[in-house]
Amino acid sequence: MRHLTRRAALALGAGSAAITLVGWNGGAFATPQAAADDIAKFTGGATPEKGKISIELPEIAENGNTVPLSFAVDAPMTGTDYVSDVLVVAEGNPNPGVATFHFTPLSGKAEAATRIRLATTQNIVVVAKTSGGKFYTGQKLVKVTIGGCGG
Amino acid sequence: MITRREMLQVSAATAALAAGAGGLSRAFAQQRLTQDDLTRFDAVGNVTLLHVTDIHGQLMPVYFREPSVNLGVGAAKGLPPHLTGTDFLTKFGIAPKSAAAYAMTDRDFTALAKSYGKIGGLDRLATVVKQVRAERDGKVLLLDGGDTWQGSLGANSSRGQDMVDCMALLKPDAMTGHWEFTYGEARVQELVKSLDFPFLALNIRDTEWNEPVFDAVKMFEKGGVKIAVLGQAFPYTPVANPRWMMSKWSFGIREEEVRAQVDKARAAGAQLVVLLSHNGFDVDRKLASRVAGIDVILTGHTHDALPEAVTVGKTLLIASGSHGKFVSRLDLDVQGGAVKSYRYKLIPLFADVIKPDAAMTAAVTKARAPYAKELSRVVGHADSLLYRRGNFNGTFDDLICAALLKERDAEIALSPGFRWGTSVLPGAPITVEDIHNATAITYPQVYRLAMTGERLKEILEDVADNLFNPDPYYQQGGDMVRCGGLGYSINVAKPIGQRISGMTHLKAGKPIDPRREYTVAGWASVNEGTQGPNIWDLVERHIASQKTVRVAPNSSVKISGI
Repeated sequence: MRHLTRRAALALGAGSAAITLVGWNGGAFATPQAAADDIAKFTGGATPEKGKISIELPEIAENGNTVPLSFAVDAPMTGTDYVSDVLVVAEGNPNPGVATFHFTPLSGKAEAATRIRLATTQNIVVVAKTSGGKFYTGQKLVKVTIGGCGG
Repeated sequence: MITRREMLQVSAATAALAAGAGGLSRAFAQQRLTQDDLTRFDAVGNVTLLHVTDIHGQLMPVYFREPSVNLGVGAAKGLPPHLTGTDFLTKFGIAPKSAAAYAMTDRDFTALAKSYGKIGGLDRLATVVKQVRAERDGKVLLLDGGDTWQGSLGANSSRGQDMVDCMALLKPDAMTGHWEFTYGEARVQELVKSLDFPFLALNIRDTEWNEPVFDAVKMFEKGGVKIAVLGQAFPYTPVANPRWMMSKWSFGIREEEVRAQVDKARAAGAQLVVLLSHNGFDVDRKLASRVAGIDVILTGHTHDALPEAVTVGKTLLIASGSHGKFVSRLDLDVQGGAVKSYRYKLIPLFADVIKPDAAMTAAVTKARAPYAKELSRVVGHADSLLYRRGNFNGTFDDLICAALLKERDAEIALSPGFRWGTSVLPGAPITVEDIHNATAITYPQVYRLAMTGERLKEILEDVADNLFNPDPYYQQGGDMVRCGGLGYSINVAKPIGQRISGMTHLKAGKPIDPRREYTVAGWASVNEGTQGPNIWDLVERHIASQKTVRVAPNSSVKISGI
């Protein structure tokens, strides 16, 4: 019955993935084009293939200031075949780049959990890069709503 | 179809009423419709599920008019439960003016209400539950889909205690929740600890460590069948209701978690998997199409009453109505880990036909005693039918909006599109109980503030998208926010931002100016620290000043895209 708790997961995960966070610059709202540009920079212009990535995000955010996000990339994580980097972008944020996660075969799994801030209803796009230079992507729409009036 | 035949039996028994239902006495209805008619069931298989949901604090029988407008969008367009009136009767082969037509539709409501009387009451429910348990000894599970502890003066005043005490006599096997959470985390935990059965919610986690707050699943053995019951609370409680009241708990549909729990239950030997859900019907229909291995979803939240099970692949979806009007009976023949056959009946609890259970009557009387005098106090009279349910407006809400405009000297009134709230017949007194049945919440303060026309449009668009987003996972299941002093057009088929047009300030007869500020009065704000009088006091004052209330049909919302 016991779940692998977040507390336990954090303990396991410590040191297994390094993360580069990107700040909230407070500037003009980004466009899907700006997000696409970030992705193109990450992939070196290659078009990522859909699949291999599962994303856990709420359909409707309970609190846009801190939205729980976790992802898992289906990968063997062996010395010759592993996911090395994962880019997370938020299409509708002032600065679409959320974070880049860095993995090694020693990470064991290409999984991570964090919290992100969402300014408005938008797609969150996750792109994974493998050691073999292939790219995979997945996305999910998160709605940010005024709230109330339900029931 | 078995269900239809069962319903036709009820209809046939009451066919004589069809000619002139309005003029016939209730005693006559009682002679023609019997408890045996209502509960007759040709048992099948080794398991019986009894399901109640969305009782909303109603211990006593009620008048509750079902919706005349209940639109489906996207893949759900035109499908049950998005059928009303004649379309509903035709789809399910129900005779107009029959007992079933009265219980399940808005057609001829006032006339039929006078003939058939009130429906529901926990003491009538107790009679049927006892009867089925006696008939199907050791095979029965009674499951409560939640929204049980809120919706009346007694429930609100006792913070759910009256409902908990009375429901305990029914000995449910499990429940889940939604409005229960608006009593706050501490009170919910306190009440849950006092239950003799589990409160199941696989989709609630604490916000700090992401750990489960409640049990996800309970295993039972009935009729030799291992049954897993999974609980799913209303996924958008912290969005639709004040998040500060349950700030340490995070909800959500969590489809992956549902899938994981179903797989785990099967691996643990479950031969029957039941999801006790407060997702809302369309969310459950989508969930059933994406998660394999659920045999039955007992749906809730959207208050739909359907006389037949809806099938999605191998999953049966049951919709048991609201306000204690119905109990669902689903018999299942489970062999080798699969449902081989089933029979279903939505049993309307006609209060004048089903004999009340004495022990429950006593418990209900005791629970209501502290408020009895206040509940029956007459405030005014209704000269037209007061009801709430429907996608866009109800006369009870129009009355509330009129009260908000007048008592708070506002230009525009906003009232939440709740689906709960009972009906008052023309000619009947309006009591304090009736007012609280439409307003009893733990955040009742009436605000008064300035909003620009642009902000008003944003609100209408936001709520409309919660109702008409073509993807059910993005719907919240309430009805449209009710407006006083404001008219608009809505095209339900458009995307967010484009549904609302032609907003009009009715008193001035002018279009709403996006840049102008309007004085707006409303209630049920999800923001912490909202100040103002309680909505029930304000509505009472308004009705008392009017003495007799007549609400004309609402023509200020123009609907298209259907």
